[in-house]
Order: sequence, then structure tokens, then C-alpha cells
Amino acid sequence: MSLMKRREFLHLGALAAAGGTLVTSRLCLARAAGDRRARFVLVILRGALDGLAAVPPCGDRDYAQLRGEFALRAPGEPRGALPLDGFFGLHPALAFLGESYAARELVVFHAAASPYRERSHFDGQDVLENGTPTPHASQSGWLNRALAQVPGTRRREAGVALGQNVPLVMRGPAEVASWSPSKLAGLDDDTLARITDLYARDPLLSVRLADALMADSIVAGSADAMAQPAMAAGAGAGPGTAGTAQGAQTPRPQAAPQYAEIVRAAAGFLRQEDGPQVAVFDTTGWDTHANEGGAEGQLSGRLAALDKGLATLKAELGATWKDTAVLLVTEFGRTAAINGTRGTDHGTATMAWLVGGAVAGGRVVADWPGLSGRALYQGRDLMPTLDLRCVLKGVLEEHLGVPARALETTVFPDSERARSLRGLVRA
Amino acid sequence: MQQPGSTIAANRFGLGARPGELAGIGGDGRDWLRAQLTHAAPVVGADSLAPTAQLLGEAFALQRQIQAERRAGADVQQKLPQYLKPIYIAEATARLQQAVSTDRPFLERLTQFWSNHFAVSIDKQYLAGLAGGFEREAIRPHVLGNFGDLLVAAEMHPAMLMYLDNHLSVGPHSAAARRASLRRRGERRVGLNENLGREILELHTLGVGGGYTQADVTAFATVLTGWSVGGGNGLFASGPPGRFVFRPDHHEPGTQTVLGRQYRDLGYEQGMLVLNDLAQHPSTAHHIAVKLARHFVADDPPPALVERLARAFTEYGGNLPAVYRVLIDSPEAWAEPLGKYKTPSDFIVSSYRGLSLPVQAGKGALAPFELLGQRTWQPGSPAGWPDASADWDGASALLKRLEWADAVGGRLGSRRDAADLAPQLLGANLTEATGTALRRAATGAQAVTLLLAAPEFMRR
Repeated sequence: MSLMKRREFLHLGALAAAGGTLVTSRLCLARAAGDRRARFVLVILRGALDGLAAVPPCGDRDYAQLRGEFALRAPGEPRGALPLDGFFGLHPALAFLGESYAARELVVFHAAASPYRERSHFDGQDVLENGTPTPHASQSGWLNRALAQVPGTRRREAGVALGQNVPLVMRGPAEVASWSPSKLAGLDDDTLARITDLYARDPLLSVRLADALMADSIVAGSADAMAQPAMAAGAGAGPGTAGTAQGAQTPRPQAAPQYAEIVRAAAGFLRQEDGPQVAVFDTTGWDTHANEGGAEGQLSGRLAALDKGLATLKAELGATWKDTAVLLVTEFGRTAAINGTRGTDHGTATMAWLVGGAVAGGRVVADWPGLSGRALYQGRDLMPTLDLRCVLKGVLEEHLGVPARALETTVFPDSERARSLRGLVRA
Repeated sequence: MQQPGSTIAANRFGLGARPGELAGIGGDGRDWLRAQLTHAAPVVGADSLAPTAQLLGEAFALQRQIQAERRAGADVQQKLPQYLKPIYIAEATARLQQAVSTDRPFLERLTQFWSNHFAVSIDKQYLAGLAGGFEREAIRPHVLGNFGDLLVAAEMHPAMLMYLDNHLSVGPHSAAARRASLRRRGERRVGLNENLGREILELHTLGVGGGYTQADVTAFATVLTGWSVGGGNGLFASGPPGRFVFRPDHHEPGTQTVLGRQYRDLGYEQGMLVLNDLAQHPSTAHHIAVKLARHFVADDPPPALVERLARAFTEYGGNLPAVYRVLIDSPEAWAEPLGKYKTPSDFIVSSYRGLSLPVQAGKGALAPFELLGQRTWQPGSPAGWPDASADWDGASALLKRLEWADAVGGRLGSRRDAADLAPQLLGANLTEATGTALRRAATGAQAVTLLLAAPEFMRR
């Protein structure tokens, strides 16, 4: 038995033990792309990404003075920002996002914030994920609640969380898959079967094990799918295929840096015809209290890595990119001025990005409040003028087909003030 | 037949039973726990691990040397990570060795709890070489002492000051700031950094919602200006290298108001007085009570237990052993045998203890922590590692544990008798299903794997 077939077999067994229903094989590869099925990726940027650095308001007359040595130069100047709409620019490290904007596949949001107004990462992320105005008001997340409402997703696991554990945004009544890269060899069939038996009467562990095996088989299957063309091309194939050729021998993704692996795995899941429609992962390291840097430096390096990951995601998704929308959000922004340690402290409003082949892009959505002393929130932060939930509602409604009624009640309780922002995706 | 009390004592309050330990504890686990609180906390690595001051002093010197060589035009590689990494490995290995071999695992778990409460993370420059020293020097000596002392020791330690950037925080109207603004060349700004002030209020004492405002954060951060580390660069060079230093000319002059109280400018005493008041604040008592109850009893701590712990914290003036005794005496703590899902660290350490696994020298011993997602001293944020099941019980995380358990079984083979060990480690929690599965295992290796995979071993 090939490794793939074994895992599928055991997965079916595990599901039976857990009392679930048998599902058809997920390992069939892409059929002719006829039916469009929306794919959505949520990337949570944890640590409060500095929106004024990532999307500098070059046209704002107070910007340069607030940011001092880290102010980015206008588009066109050496090491200047990348052009957007003439007022805003993009940090020069974000090459792929810059191209996406030009190709009308990127919407940039600014002066946006969740309803949260304090400055605790912990609580800010909780509000960002729980979909209510209050920290710890819910044990489930808005995306999980939304998944339960997406038409045609009665079957299990319309969503997958990539990373060590399932983030709050994906916890809740809807069952989701989880996956993260592994370095150990797999368990043998017999041991796995005995463990499955041990878990038969444990509600938590039986379901988790079943999920893990299913998720693993999807990624193993997609690694094979990636590897096939390279094998056919022969040993003399270009440098880019070397990794995937080796991947064909052991149907597990190459041990590449974590982030790249996660991006590839996400693409692998979403490319499947019968796989999850939604993928979530997060990145960290955005909490730049000291030595943030300007066009170059700490933040710049991280933005470049993020940007590269998005480019990889597009490449790996292939034909599926045209049905995909990727939303990148962070819990809040940072202070408008640089602090005493050449960094920024926690702030309020910030930017968000929606990028993908399905996105009606090439514009900036921002009701810009300005950066003068009076315009700043509490005299220190960018003032929020856009409730992030408006963006979330718009994407969920028009891209994933979540009924508007459900958005106003179960998905985002207490959100009457946040009107759905429509027109973000192509018809 | 083991008493349930001994199992909970060894596995939930402790770090996982060692063979024979449950029998030794006998009927009432509480006496065994109380006995661990009576003598002074152990010192770790006295003859093998260097003090922070020495390590940090050397690190600063190394960094200055590299910078000097670069300014002179030489193309010099960054050497700091190579200097710090072996320190991290030695410290983390010593910590694992202590956890695996200690006869006072309750005390050791408490130490790890406090170390996580005052969390630093090694992903910041220099911290890889400091996190271990921080735990040994600032945390361990105070676990059986007073919370107020623990708080001061943690916030004055160079590891914490550097992790939260306070060592560079300068009062905007301080003498140093005035001098800096008078200098003609250079745009280097000096000024206030709020990070430490915020996290002391939010994470270490009052807790989120504990009654502080943004104004309090800024005021407290201002109080802490000048709390720094000696031997740095430029403005920050004065004082003994690698040690706490207070720089009066970096300190913001004037009275500050924090939580409605005024604190006169008495130099670094100003900060000590604020910390003293924070330690005694009712929100702090509540915050600590919730964290202790969550860690030792249940993800959703029973309110009566929290109330009792908070009251003890206040009544005994922050005397920690008194609070621990109230925890030990609480019926809620003994009600649910397997109430907590093990973190990766719990899982690894209890495996080492239960199977008498040797702790290898070098980074081999630390590999499982990285693999299972809880690299020692790398929580990635000052909030430390989370403490609820939902934070750790993901599907892929489970599969990694099982794969590691399989590797451990493969290494041990039939050198361990898992069926014989199971009642010694799991006591009254061992189910018939698991016992049978162990006896029927195909090989000794597989039996070991099944023992570690068992639902009763996944929880504490």
C-alpha cells in the first residue's frame, strides 16, 4: 500500500470510530475547472502592524515630521514608497502587493480598526477574532460561525487552520481541519490503529486524531500533485523543481522554513476540488517597539518576507487564484510618532489588505482623518474611520455567500453600526 | 490500589509521577505537597552556569568589538548569536534536568509558573543568553517568598528591562534628553518607551481590566525612566556592565500620578513605591488567583476557589506559601482527576520522569520542545504561554505528540515494561481499556508508545 492510500484507509477507520460519516476520497486531483468556488484566506498579523509604515500616507503634510528618520520618500524617489493612488504609497519591501495593485487585484484599507479601543495585544486579538465588540465575550470566532452559514457546507471541514493550534477565529460549532509541518517519520499502521482504539471513547482525542490524519492526507496528496510534473520533466529539470522531485519520494512537503511550508500547504488544501474553501494562518513579529527602521530595517525585512509568502501563495494556487481572496488584518496599529527607542508603541487604527484574483482591486478605501495633533486619536494614534467588520461582512457576504441576516445576528452580534462594505469582489 | 489524591498530587500539582512515586506519596497527597514548601528553594547550576552580569557584560563587549571592526571597514560576521546559543542550550538543559530529577516537583512547577508569569522570550536580541539566568536569579529565590519581592526582582533584572526595552527609556525632560536635543549633529532621539510600564500593569500585576488607564501606563512608564542596564553603548554606557543601574539623568523629573496616587520624585525609589502598591492592589490579588487556579485546577477556574486564593493573597500580604497552602487545602483542586490538558512541556517532562529517560547533553534534549511547539523560554510574547486546553489541543499538535511518542518507544524498545509502569504513573486514573491495550501490545516499543498516547497520559 502506498503511504497515501494507507492514511486514507486509517482516516476512514478513525472517522468510523469517532462516530462520523464516511466521506469520499479527497485525494482526487483537479478536474477541469468549470465551477467557480470561492476560496478565502485569512492571514492574522499578530503584534500590531504599523499601518503608517506599511502604507505610508505620503501626501499627508504631517507624515514626514511625525516619522522623522523613518519617513518613507514619495513614489519615484530613490528607495521611495511604491505608488498607489497618489496620496498613499506602499512600503518599498512590498513588491508583490505593489504589482497586485497595478493589476487591480489589491484593495488597500486604511484608518481601519476593530471596535476595540484599548491597547492590549491579548484583548485586541481576541476582539479581532471573536467578532464581537468585547474581549472574551465569545469562545468562538466570527469565521467559524460564518462557515456554519456558507451554503453547501453541511459536510465537515469547510475550513483549515494552519499552524500549531487552532486560533480563536476558527474555533466554534463548525468543524475545521488543522495542519502543521512535521519533521518526524509517520506512525506505522498497526500502532495508529491501536491508538485509534484507545481514543474511541474520548470525545476530544478521537475527533482530533481523525482530523489530523485527514489533513495530513490532503497535504500528502497535494505534495504528490506538485511533484508529478517535475518527475515527468526528468532529472535535468530547472533548479525550481529539484525540491518537489524529492518530495515525490516521501509524500510529505520538504522541510522548508515554516512560513513557506504553511503557505504551500494552504495552497495545497485550497486547490482541491472537494477540499476546504477557507484557510487561516498567522504570522508574528510585528510588535516593533524599538529600532523599527524605515525603508530598511527590522520591519522592512518582515514585510518583505510576508510579501514573498503571498507571491508564493499565488504561484502555488495556480488556476485557483482567480477565485481567491486573501485578507490580511492586524489587531491594531501603532503610535503616529516614533518613540524614544526608535520604534512605535501600541496605537489604534491601521491598514488592512484584500488581495486575490477574485478581488475588485486597484483602489484605496480610506476616509483619511489626517495626522495633525487634533486629528490624532487621544493625541497619539491614527484615528479610526472604518470599522473592520464592514470589510469582513462585505467579503463574507459577496465572496462566500454568507446570508446578510446571519452576518447581523450570529456571525457579528452587536454590529448594527458596521454596514457591510460591498463591491470588494468581482461579480 | 492507589489513592486518587496521590495521583492528582504527582501528576497535576507535580510534573508527572516517577516509578514508585505514587506509592511513596501514600494516601493523602496534600502532606506530600506541603512538605515541598518548607525548605529554601533549590539553586540550579551553581557550579556550571554563569551569572547574568558576567554573560551580559561579555555580550556587550563582543557586540562593541564587532561594531568597531565594521566601522574600521572590516567585513565582520555577526558573532553574537554564536556566543548566546550555547548559553541557552546549557541553561535550558539544566532546567530540564532539574524538572526531571527533582523530588519537589510541585515547587518546580510553581517555579515554571512564575517564570511564565513574568515571561521573557528568547526571540529578542541578547535574550537567548539571559532567559535562563533570569529564571535562576529573579524567580527561583522568591517562589517561596513574598510576591512583592518577586515582582521587584523580576522588573529590575536586566533580562526583563531589555526584553521590554526599558533600558533605553529616557524621560523627555530629563537632563539626558535636554543634552541630546542640544547636540547639533545626529537625529538620534531619546525618549519614553511604554512597553515595560504597560506590561507590568497588564500582565504582571493588575491584569487587563484591573482598573488602570492609558494615562496610568504613560505615568508609570515615566516613573520607570532611568531603570536600565550598565555597560551599553553611547548614552547607556555607565554603570557596572550587565547589572541593573539607575541613571538619575535619564529619569523624568517630577511627581507622577499612578492609579490616583501621587509619587514624588525620589529617584528609583519612586518606582519601588509604585511596585509596592501594585503588589498589594486587590486587582493583583484577583489576577494572580485566577492564574494560579487556572494553572492548577481548571481552564475555567471555579469562582469560589479564585475568591479564596485572592483573599489569602491579600490577608497574608502576598506571602506566597500561604496562598499555595490555601490552594492545596481547597476541595475544588481535588475534584477532577484529569482536569487539565497537558501542554507540550508537561507532556515531555512527564514522559521523561515516567520512563526515566536520560537527559542528553547539548541541544538533543531540547529538540522535542521545538518539535511539539513549546521551545523553552520562547513564548513569543510577554504574555507567556497560554494555559487552556483550546490553546494546545489542536489536531496536528496531537499527531506530533504521537509521532514523538512513537520515536521514544522505538528508542527504548523492550527496555521498559509499559504495562508494569502504567499503574505506577497513572494510579487510579488508569482505565481498563488502556491497561489491556498495553498488555496486548505487539512489542515493548509499541507498548511505550501507547502508554504516552493514552488519554490518561495526555491530561493531568
